[in-house]
Amino acid sequence: MSPSRPLVGTLAMALLLGILALDMARSGVPDLFDAPAAIALGSGAAPGGAHCSGS
Amino acid sequence: MFRHRALVLALMLGFTAFAFVMAGPRAGLLVMVGLGFGLVLEGLRFGFAGPWRSIVTDRDGRGMLAQLIAIALVAVVAFPMLAANPAELAPAHAPVGVAMILGAFVFGLAMQLVMGCGSGTLVNAGSGNLVGLIALAGFIGGSFAGTLHLDWWTGLGSLPVASMQSLAGPNAGLALTLAGLALVGGVTLARAAPGKRMPPARLWIAAALIAGLALANLVIAGQPWGIVYGLGLWGAKLAQAGGADLAQTAFWAAEGNATRLSASILTDVTSLTNIGLLLGAFAVMRWRAAPGAPAQALTMASYAGVLVAALVLGYSARLAFGCNVGAFFSGISTGSLHGWVWLVAAFGGSMLGIRLRAVVLRPLPAREAMA
Repeated sequence: MSPSRPLVGTLAMALLLGILALDMARSGVPDLFDAPAAIALGSGAAPGGAHCSGS
Repeated sequence: MFRHRALVLALMLGFTAFAFVMAGPRAGLLVMVGLGFGLVLEGLRFGFAGPWRSIVTDRDGRGMLAQLIAIALVAVVAFPMLAANPAELAPAHAPVGVAMILGAFVFGLAMQLVMGCGSGTLVNAGSGNLVGLIALAGFIGGSFAGTLHLDWWTGLGSLPVASMQSLAGPNAGLALTLAGLALVGGVTLARAAPGKRMPPARLWIAAALIAGLALANLVIAGQPWGIVYGLGLWGAKLAQAGGADLAQTAFWAAEGNATRLSASILTDVTSLTNIGLLLGAFAVMRWRAAPGAPAQALTMASYAGVLVAALVLGYSARLAFGCNVGAFFSGISTGSLHGWVWLVAAFGGSMLGIRLRAVVLRPLPAREAMA
């Protein structure tokens, strides 16, 4: 019998929360004073990169 | 049911507020965009791997046409927007190379074995499909592993980055892109059986919504929608927590990547939309009065096969400079030549993967499934 969808979905949420918690413990919280503008277009700032198409 | 729906709303609003408060307004907006992707992909059943299979096995071209419509809608807006704002917005351009082509072919093959591409894996996991959850774990590991060897693979040979814009200029480049999409659409229509050509209203709406969300992603993040980078970053974070020294690797020592590795996941735009997508798919599943039957149980060997295929899926996505989203959808819609080459190579791999599905994905016999 395959596990129910709510159970598997909850496990996926747990995996996500685990990664976030681990990251927060190691990397700390972001510096809000260093946060980028809400919208990149019109901000005058170059995009940060880090896209799948980059090497 | 009311309790479930209240929980779903609280989860979506709560995480959006969390990202907003912890990492600023851009993070909150990108989680909302990701949530939108998850709600549309799962709620309106818009996908990539499934339609690629349907056009081959069932001569059903409706899902494939919906993908092409969404890409065309994005391209019409993105081309002039990118041309007018080159300092603030970046396209998804990447070089065509030996490893890129091989990676796209293998990705196409593997995505049919795990029943989802990059976005499909997140949607499947969030909506409670056990194969999707196993595939997500494998994809994270594979896309991270791919970063460790990327410089060796790209050393096998690649062309300079080329785009429709660099070859023909922004206007003619857009015309070429639309003509290419029309050509693929024509081939799809020719292959599709009568009654399986015109997308239903659901897919037209989904295509328009996906296009709108992809453009919102571009405007807010400054770069197109992607999946793979974020999952590779999660793998790198886990490896680092396990004691790996990634400063010695070419990929993670590079300036931008090193910054991402040391900073919070909440500052990485691709991670933020991935998180939203996963939450959105979960929300749709929990919102429904009946969350749906569990996915077909498979043999243990098949689950192991899914895990291996997902590792290969993530690894090959890194070599191919993206998955169906980053390379195919965002690459083509922003003018990258590698997006077109990716489409041809991945579709070839997908056709082989469809043949291998029956070998790898073996349902658990009914007697054992009931036990």
